Amino acid sequence: MADAAGGPQPEDCPGTGSAQAGRAAACQGCPNQKLCAAGAAGPDPAEAAALRERLRCVRHVVLVLSGKGGVGKSTFSALLAHGLAADESKQVALLDIDICGPSIPKMMGLEGEQVHQSGSGWSPVYVEENLSVMSVGFLLSSPDDAVIWRGPKKNGLIKQFLRDVDWGEMDYLIIDTPPGTSDEHLSIVQYLGASHVDGAVIITTPQEVSLQDVRKEINFCHKVKLPIIGVVENMSGFICPKCKNESQIFSPTTGGAEKMCQNLNVSLLGKVPLDPQIGKSCDKGQSFLSEAPESPATSSYRNIIQRIQEYCDLQHTQEEKTI
Amino acid sequence: SAEVIGASNLSGVRHVVLVLSGKGGVGKSTVATQLALALRQAGKKVGILDVDLCGPSIPRMFRVQDSAVHQCDSGWVPVFVDQEKSISLMSIGFLLEKPDDAVVWRGPKKNALIKQFVTDVAWGDLDFLIVDTPPGTSDEHISTVEALRPYKPLGAILVTTPQEVAVGDVRRELTFCKKTGLRVLGIVENMSGFVCPHCSECTNVFSKGGGEELAKYAGVPFLGSVPLDPQLSQSLEEGRDFIREFPKSSAFPALLHIAQQVSDSASQRSS
Repeated sequence: MADAAGGPQPEDCPGTGSAQAGRAAACQGCPNQKLCAAGAAGPDPAEAAALRERLRCVRHVVLVLSGKGGVGKSTFSALLAHGLAADESKQVALLDIDICGPSIPKMMGLEGEQVHQSGSGWSPVYVEENLSVMSVGFLLSSPDDAVIWRGPKKNGLIKQFLRDVDWGEMDYLIIDTPPGTSDEHLSIVQYLGASHVDGAVIITTPQEVSLQDVRKEINFCHKVKLPIIGVVENMSGFICPKCKNESQIFSPTTGGAEKMCQNLNVSLLGKVPLDPQIGKSCDKGQSFLSEAPESPATSSYRNIIQRIQEYCDLQHTQEEKTI
Repeated sequence: SAEVIGASNLSGVRHVVLVLSGKGGVGKSTVATQLALALRQAGKKVGILDVDLCGPSIPRMFRVQDSAVHQCDSGWVPVFVDQEKSISLMSIGFLLEKPDDAVVWRGPKKNALIKQFVTDVAWGDLDFLIVDTPPGTSDEHISTVEALRPYKPLGAILVTTPQEVAVGDVRRELTFCKKTGLRVLGIVENMSGFVCPHCSECTNVFSKGGGEELAKYAGVPFLGSVPLDPQLSQSLEEGRDFIREFPKSSAFPALLHIAQQVSDSASQRSS
């Protein structure tokens, strides 16, 4: 890898958040060296403190990740938010940091909504009284607008989403991410501080072509010390609506998420079958959970959401104990 | 200098075609792979440059994921998928020590590697160089289009799935093409309809028609719909030559038709 980018092997990179960033021996020749050495990539202590202060009243943060695109990250994030917000006593916020491909506004039925400025910052868009949403989609004037931005500009907006949005008190902050292990992912972890995130839910589909990217994402989590709540296998089997026979459209040729989770010692939160109604509900901006309460996919989603809730509750009691 | 090497390394490449989508997981790598196989079937020499640095799928789809890249006098030797050297590949997947290594890079580092991929790979003579991209309109895309501009790409194929949520992201990709002056060869709608192998009922798992509607709306050619075909996904998982092995499958005619239209665009430009 050493000569690939004229830079160090990724293993030797001290990490952009490290005090050694840009100064370690491994940084010699790395195209990022100047940026890191100038502290642009590292955390500014004052800014980090301001972010922490803003996010002090957030009880649980859950990141939804996948190395692979189109596996259902946004669908899952939207349903997780709906599921958690079904308890009216909980305040739930959904933040979409997919800057180039924001799907959340459409899936939450909020297309065309705009963000308003108030004295205390940007107001998020509310779906219900206890469910608020923020996405770059609310800042664009037309559905044809492309956000053609390189990393630093994307990072700046993510920081603004955390710092300048008037989120108020939150029980849950769900963060939907783009595919990959790059700027957006490094930035969100850096801004939140890995220790302030309850954990990540990793979404995959059953094929090896998807799992190979998801293993990279799991390695990313280990690298940045982000706890993994578990893996969700989406599009797992398809039941023909006419003859009720099951087909594997995306076949688990290497054992699917189940085998991967065993090998990597990560929990499998559940498998969700393909149901054509899921995509339709997303396009209509409605919650699949309430649109198709009888679907087997709904019951798997509900089970998974409950497991995440239990995981978060446990985190909370542990934190209280340590205090 | 790098520029001289760059000129000589891509000067044997007749046509550069990009495969783009605003949306992930819609089948960009699948289309790139099948396009290469179909063009080879038609007697063309093809290269694929995979600029998806965080999620490279191309090596596995040709079952060469354990191959490595070698150096020669004129740069990096691409990985050949067969003895005849009819298809050659370059991907970050060939540069990783372990297949599960995460490439946790910010933009500038990705940009540097893409520039190197464009200038330093010794492709030799190719009829087509297909460039497979990650989803989005960010660092990789800007850098790729900038680096390839001197070589005047033939154009871009945009891949979508039928649902509105995917089509919405591809609309943004069209704007990217317009802004960067990249010609749109056409739109492919992938995963449109699944024929149940038990009862032959066709279910539109991810709706239907979104790609064709978008093409009409944007005034760009519609290259066709590729149905959800378990034989196709199975072939990609195992790195088999779908075009040679499954001429009777439902996705075959659609894929061949796409390759034909790309070929036609190329010969129109050459004449």
